[in-house]
Amino acid sequence: MASGSERILEVRDLVKHFPLTQGIVFKKQIGAIKAVDGVSFDLNRGETLGIVGESGCGKSTLAKVLMALERPTSGSVVINGRDIAKAKGGELKRMRRNIQMVMQDPYTSLNPRMTVGDIIGEPYEIHTDVAPKGDRRKRVQDLLEVVGLNPDHINRYPHQFSGGQRQRIGIARGLALQPEIIVCDEPVSALDVSIQAQVINLLERLQNEFNLAYIFIAHDLSVVRHISDRVGVMYLGKFVELGKDAEIYDRPAHPYTQALLSAVPVPDPEGREQRERIILQGDPPSPANPPSGCRFRTRCWKAQEICAEEEPLLQIRPGTTHESACHFAETHDVVHVS
Amino acid sequence: MKRTSTDVLPGEGALGDEPLLAVDNLHVEFHTRAGTVRAVNGVSYTVAPGETLAVLGESGSGKSVTAQAIMGILDMPPAVIPKGEIRFKGTDLLKLSEEARTQVRGQRIAMIFQDALSALNPVFTVGWQISEMFRVHRGMSKADAMKKAVELMDRVRIPAARQRVHDYPHQFSGGMRQRIMIAMSIALDPEVLIADEPTTALDVTVQAQIMELLAELQRESQMGLILITHDLGVVADVADKIAVMYAGRIVENAPVYDIYKAPAHPYTKGLLDSIPRVDQKGQDLYAIKGLPPNLLDLPTGCSFHPRCPYRQDNCVTDVPPLYEISGTRGSACHYWREVLDGERQ
Ligand SMILES: Nc1ncnc2c1ncn2[C@@H]1O[C@H](COP(=O)(O)OP(=O)(O)OP(=O)(O)O)[C@@H](O)[C@H]1O
Ligand SMILES: Nc1ncnc2c1ncn2[C@@H]1O[C@H](COP(=O)(O)OP(=O)(O)OP(=O)(O)O)[C@@H](O)[C@H]1O
Ligand code: SF4
Ligand code: SF4
Ligand SMILES: [Mg+2]
Ligand SMILES: [Mg+2]
Repeated sequence: MASGSERILEVRDLVKHFPLTQGIVFKKQIGAIKAVDGVSFDLNRGETLGIVGESGCGKSTLAKVLMALERPTSGSVVINGRDIAKAKGGELKRMRRNIQMVMQDPYTSLNPRMTVGDIIGEPYEIHTDVAPKGDRRKRVQDLLEVVGLNPDHINRYPHQFSGGQRQRIGIARGLALQPEIIVCDEPVSALDVSIQAQVINLLERLQNEFNLAYIFIAHDLSVVRHISDRVGVMYLGKFVELGKDAEIYDRPAHPYTQALLSAVPVPDPEGREQRERIILQGDPPSPANPPSGCRFRTRCWKAQEICAEEEPLLQIRPGTTHESACHFAETHDVVHVS
Repeated sequence: MKRTSTDVLPGEGALGDEPLLAVDNLHVEFHTRAGTVRAVNGVSYTVAPGETLAVLGESGSGKSVTAQAIMGILDMPPAVIPKGEIRFKGTDLLKLSEEARTQVRGQRIAMIFQDALSALNPVFTVGWQISEMFRVHRGMSKADAMKKAVELMDRVRIPAARQRVHDYPHQFSGGMRQRIMIAMSIALDPEVLIADEPTTALDVTVQAQIMELLAELQRESQMGLILITHDLGVVADVADKIAVMYAGRIVENAPVYDIYKAPAHPYTKGLLDSIPRVDQKGQDLYAIKGLPPNLLDLPTGCSFHPRCPYRQDNCVTDVPPLYEISGTRGSACHYWREVLDGERQ
């Protein structure tokens, strides 16, 4: 991918805790849900970072903090060298404009009472300097064209479009302010298989055309592999493994990644009896009370004493070329039948 | 298990050539204010004991409506079944009295739904809900039925079943609730189990647990399993044979290995080409163009023709029958030979 190596986003030790309170009148904080608990990564211009992990591991919370929809408990988000927490006024507005979001649900994320033109053009109401009033209609029509919709349908309402078309409307809206970074939170999971490919191809085409950087969140590991240059695997609010797509999918080193990948069905019955399955027992523990040491140890078949005592840091481990957070990291291909 | 109240099917005995369950030329329509929705337009499929049939297809293609017709849980009206048979061990269920039908439903043919949370009653404990099956259908005492409930929860591998039998649905995770649904559906040892998207709402790790559980239960009891799904990966993993639906019809049926090696219908081929794979970094995805059909106003001729890269003139006028490719394969495409040879026009 035409990424070069120009860094556009730096995330350092990002933490988001939600207070857990008791009592109705006098709310007393009795703990915290550690939804995101120390996440660091970089993103280059034109690059796609995929983020995978089970339900509740903190993917959407991470997205919201990046979008400044939630204030981080601690840590920093640096866009083009500027810390977003330190920016004010016009600069903050410009920084926010530069990172946009496409959401999961094309059915509920669009206001049913607004026309498509108003929905896509709404960001111009806030960022009035981007497009002068007289230009807006034309711009929205251009955007409709870019995402493969008929520009003449600018006055239609969301219900007059199919699911895949509604997702295109959401994408057009995300593009309106010409951002450099787009955060996609499950952008195709609500769509039919035959429509998913259309939207994935569209996202890829737009990336090449506008040199966009994507953060692509999805629970479908096959879709993430297809679109990502690098992938981060999340478990209970932390990255347990981070690497290039082939490093994660062909040479995973963390037991959780291996278990996750081995559970993904391959659309080819050939050799299905020989395929390796690591069936994880139980559910992930509560993010309000994560296990000591390694958070995965309660479900890990390789756990030793040290795993309860010492937290494994995300770093390059012996015998691997990418970062993983396991004391006993060891690459093991679980996806391919040998 | 001994059956008493359920031996109501005439002529039940050795299966002979008759499959365990056969859906034959089934039609289902919904008469709505906007017009007649032709949801199922001549569907046929069969399942044998111990066999897994995967029913695959786009949203709205009629997979669930067919299943609901088999279970006899369609609201009629607005639903009407103008044509077709659903034979269970040779008896057409559509001709049975409602009383006889009730005996079959849940006891001989059972169903698991996609959304376990809404299918379970939030105000009763899971133990009570499972044991009700035994009290109502088997006339067991409360205590005996509760014992059976604990046994079943063990069987679907819910840890500490004896304690958890007194918990309410909301106290379980999504995967656990789906296990409880499975426990209820297999409680009376059904011969056919229909699982309608049983894992769609679940994480892959939980999906793997549930699919393994279903396969184990099936091995133990030789149930016929009808698995409704849109996930081509899950199908490749567990199915013996596949029926692909489009616009209320079966467009292709085949043993699982054949269809993945060489599909014989353009829609199936398009689907297989449009999914990314976890085991390889793909090239560009093929995208089936256009939109799913409007069932109120189906395209003439072949319903897939507006989206089909193989279309010829006669496709617009002539409805393709399900051509027989071999004894176990069929394709509803005039040009199945070209598709099978892999030439996309
Ligand atoms: N506003 C909030 N207040 C309290 N807890 C929250 C809030 N938002 C999220 N959480 C909790 O934080 C954790 C992470 O949630 P998040 O939505 O980020 O997960 P996710 O990885 O996106 O999951 P999914 O795959 O289901 O979308 C969960 O335990 C969730 O219940
Ligand atoms: N009660 C009803 N009244 C009118 N139309 C109905 C009714 N129930 C179902 N339909 C229509 O019948 C068609 C087939 O629906 P069905 O639920 O069988 O689809 P499906 O293949 O199971 O799709 P999905 O993958 O989305 O579950 C749909 O177009 C649906 O809108
Ligand atoms: S650190 Fe220990 S518990 Fe954690 S993943 Fe590695 S082996 Fe398992
Ligand atoms: S019959 Fe014609 S339109 Fe229909 S699938 Fe075959 S080639 Fe395509
Ligand atoms: Mg989420
Ligand atoms: Mg359905």
